[in-house]
Order: sequence, then C-alpha cells, then structure tokens
Amino acid sequence: MLALSNVTAGYGAFTALWDVSLRVDAGEAVAVVGPNGSGKTTLMRVISGLIAPRAGTLTFEGKAIGGRPAYEIVGHGIAHVPEGRRIFPALSVADNLKMGAFLPAARATFAESLARVHALFPALAERRAQRAGSLSGGEQQMLAIGRALMSRPKLILLDEPSMGLAPVMVLRLFDLIRRVRQEGYTILVVEQNVRQVLKLVDRAYLLEVGRIKMEGQAAALAEQDFVRKAYVGL
Amino acid sequence: MIDPVFLAEAAINGLLLGGVLALLALGLNLIFGVIDIVWIAYVDLVMLCMYAVYFVVQVYGWPIWVGGLVSVALGALLGIAVHLLIISPILTSAPVNQLLATGGLLFFLQSFATFLWTTDHRSVRLALPRLEILDMPISVARLIAFALAIVAMLGLYLFLTRTYIGTAIRAVSQDREAMALMGANPQRVYVVTSAVGGAMAGLAAALLIIQYAVHPFFGAAFGPITFMICVLGGLGNMVGAFVASFIMSEVIAVSGVIWSTEMGYVIAFVVFIVMIFVRPGGILARRG
Repeated sequence: MLALSNVTAGYGAFTALWDVSLRVDAGEAVAVVGPNGSGKTTLMRVISGLIAPRAGTLTFEGKAIGGRPAYEIVGHGIAHVPEGRRIFPALSVADNLKMGAFLPAARATFAESLARVHALFPALAERRAQRAGSLSGGEQQMLAIGRALMSRPKLILLDEPSMGLAPVMVLRLFDLIRRVRQEGYTILVVEQNVRQVLKLVDRAYLLEVGRIKMEGQAAALAEQDFVRKAYVGL
Repeated sequence: MIDPVFLAEAAINGLLLGGVLALLALGLNLIFGVIDIVWIAYVDLVMLCMYAVYFVVQVYGWPIWVGGLVSVALGALLGIAVHLLIISPILTSAPVNQLLATGGLLFFLQSFATFLWTTDHRSVRLALPRLEILDMPISVARLIAFALAIVAMLGLYLFLTRTYIGTAIRAVSQDREAMALMGANPQRVYVVTSAVGGAMAGLAAALLIIQYAVHPFFGAAFGPITFMICVLGGLGNMVGAFVASFIMSEVIAVSGVIWSTEMGYVIAFVVFIVMIFVRPGGILARRG
C-alpha cells in the first residue's frame, strides 16, 4: 500500500532521515520505534507531504506521492495525526470534525463519517459544542484521530499518540487505537512507548539516528535483548 | 458644564462612527489573523475605492448603490492583487521586510492618487436629510452607514462560522499546517481571505464617502486609528476589535465635544498607550 525506498529528508542543512526504506501493506498495523530525535516525526512529515524528500521515492497504492503538497496527499487517502495533536483549539469539537472532512469527496459522506467517529469516541458526541482547547489531553487526542478519520483515509499516520497523557489514559488510548484498527484502517504509528505499541502492531521498524536499524514481527522484535534493554525497560 | 444634550449627541455620533471603524478593523484583523501580515496600506485601499465611488456617482451620475457595488468588487479585486503581487512572494521573509513592503505600497498608492487626481478634496453629494431626535441633529448618512456596517459584520460572522471555507479560514488562523493536512491549500485560503478583507475595505469606502471627502491622504487620517483599534482589541481577535472600535470612537467623539476634536485624538492615543501597558494582549485577551 505504502512503500518508501531510500528516502532521505531533512530541514535546511540538517538531514534527519538517511536512506530509509519501509513498506506498509493494506490492513496492517506497523510501528516505527526509536529514541528521541531519531527522525520518527520527520518520517511522518515526509509521508504526509509536510516536507519534501531530498532523495528516494514514495508510492501509495502505486502512485508516486513524493514531493506532492500535504493538501493533495490527504486526498489520496493518507491522514496524518500530527505530533502534539494540533487540533484547532478555538473551534468547537464539531467544527474540528467538520474541517477533517474539508475535501469535497469527504464532505459528501460527512453524516456517515460523523456517525462512525461518534460511535468510536462517544465523548466527542457529548462535547460537540465545546471549545476543542478545553478538552482533556486524552479527549484532544481522540478528537485529533476522529478528525483524521473524517477524511475517509485508507492509511492513518499516528505520531506519538500517547505523548503527554497520564499513564491510565495511555492504556485507554491504545485500546481505542486497537478499535480503530478493527474498523479496517491501515495504521502506521510512531511511538516512544515501545512496550505498549509492540503489543498493538504486527510489524515494527527500529529507527536510530535517521536510519532503519532493525525490522521484524512485533513479537520477535520485543524479544530482542537489545530492544528490551534499550526501550522496553525490562 | 457641558449641556448633556451635546454629550448625548456626541455619544450617538461616536456609536455611529464606531460601526464603520469596526468594519475597517475587522477587515484588517481578519487578514492579519489568517495570513499573519499587517497590511499597512489597508486604509489606502479604502481611499482608492472611495475615488471609485466618487467617479461612478459624482462624475458619471450612477446611483449610489451602483457605486457601492463597484467599490465592494474593486476592493475584493485589490485585496486579491495585493496578496498575489506583494504578500505572496514575501510570505516567509522577515516581518520587517513584510512591513516595509506593505508600507511601500502605502506611499505608492498615496503618490499615485496625488498624481492622478491631485490633492483636491472630493465628495459625493447626496440629498440626505438630517433627523432631529430629542433636539439632537442626527445625520441620516451616518445612520445608514452604521446600519450597513452592522449588517456586513453580521454577514461576516455568519460566513466565518457557518460555511466550510469560513470555518477553514478560522482554522488556518489557528494552525496553518494542520489545515493543510485536512486538504486545504493555504494559498487558496489566503486568496479568499484577502478578497473578503478587500471587499470589506470596499464597503467601508462606500460608507465613508457619504460622510467624508476623499483625498490622497485619507489613509493617513483613518489608518492609525484603525491599527490602534486592532492592537487594542488584540491582533487577530475579531470580537476584541469590534469592542475596541466602539471604545475608541466614543473616546474620540465625547472628548472631542468636551475639549476639541484634536484633543479627542490625543486622549484616544493616551487611552491606547495606557491599555498597551495594562493589557498588552488586547482587551479581551485570555489571561494565563
């Protein structure tokens, strides 16, 4: 579904990603784990078009998407839930979801998408008239994911969904992401919470200093001594 | 002691002036809130539109409402042109360069208007009556201007809250990049915003020319007060700008009657400077 081959990207003179190749198949959940500053967020941004790759190719369902602007890529069916949630704080919850369905194709199925999002996250239905900025951190993350689902994506990019959440909320959030998965969405998730995320996904990549260091089935990766010591904390 | 009737009359005039000032401040603030650039030459676009109304109505003899429509359309086109020709190329450069560019446009427009139309004051003469309410003469032109300004602002409010593109404009002002992830081309949102802001300048021009004469330096007369209102209300804060317009117009009108017109502006600036220290984020800024 999504394939990156030898992608290099960065900001100005700084290169954050070197020669990264990865793939996500339809229906899969894939994680990219790695320490702070390893290039995980850059990877997400290059896929969703917020930054252009310097080299390498990106294809989504056979179409080349490398270097296309973000507002175009979402139309192909890739929704990016950015790091730090980035909801529109002064808009109501309902208006945030409305913006998720900004594209004409998504607008046409607005009512149906909204019903699905409300079924997944009932809290968003209860708080629809509230200012998004007044929601709790967990609810804001649900809103960010719900807003992404409104665009009717095929692939969802989740960048550090558990960041800044209380431990009990982190567990709930991973349950919710599991439910999103069961709905049939393909997921690419970047997380620092390695132990939780490896329980969620099928496969994972380990990214270090901008390069893919390891790749494998989530369960197998979690068993690697190296990964356990460094990230799982066992 | 000043006759309370004079004070009441000043207060009413202040209120009526506040409506048109609010229209100007909202247009400027909308553009700033979304694109993050202050159009120093905003009121000079108003000046150009006032000339347009003058020519359409006074020189070519069309009815005033035609002049108004021409002015709104011209304002929208000027807004788009300013964005595409001046703002767009410098969108990512340093703020000081952006100020210099839009400031340069101001001097260009003033000189251009002087070159074309000289410094003569020109006005549109409409046969509008003056009303007497409780011994107070009230200008019908001002009443009409006030009413239309309020209707236009209501329309803007509905546009920004009830339509997809209006909500997207507010969303872009909060997070440009996140809105790109929703599928909105920022450049298109900017063009729409500039057109709406320009159209508001055009409407304000039509409402001003029935009260004031136009000359090439009209922008210098109304520009500073418009910027003060925007800053006082909190740059980008639409409700704040609306409230601040009436505060400033009342200060000018009432102290103008108590002392003199010049003193009215002096006091307005003093109020402004004090408020900058007391509430630097604007009168309605959220604390914390």
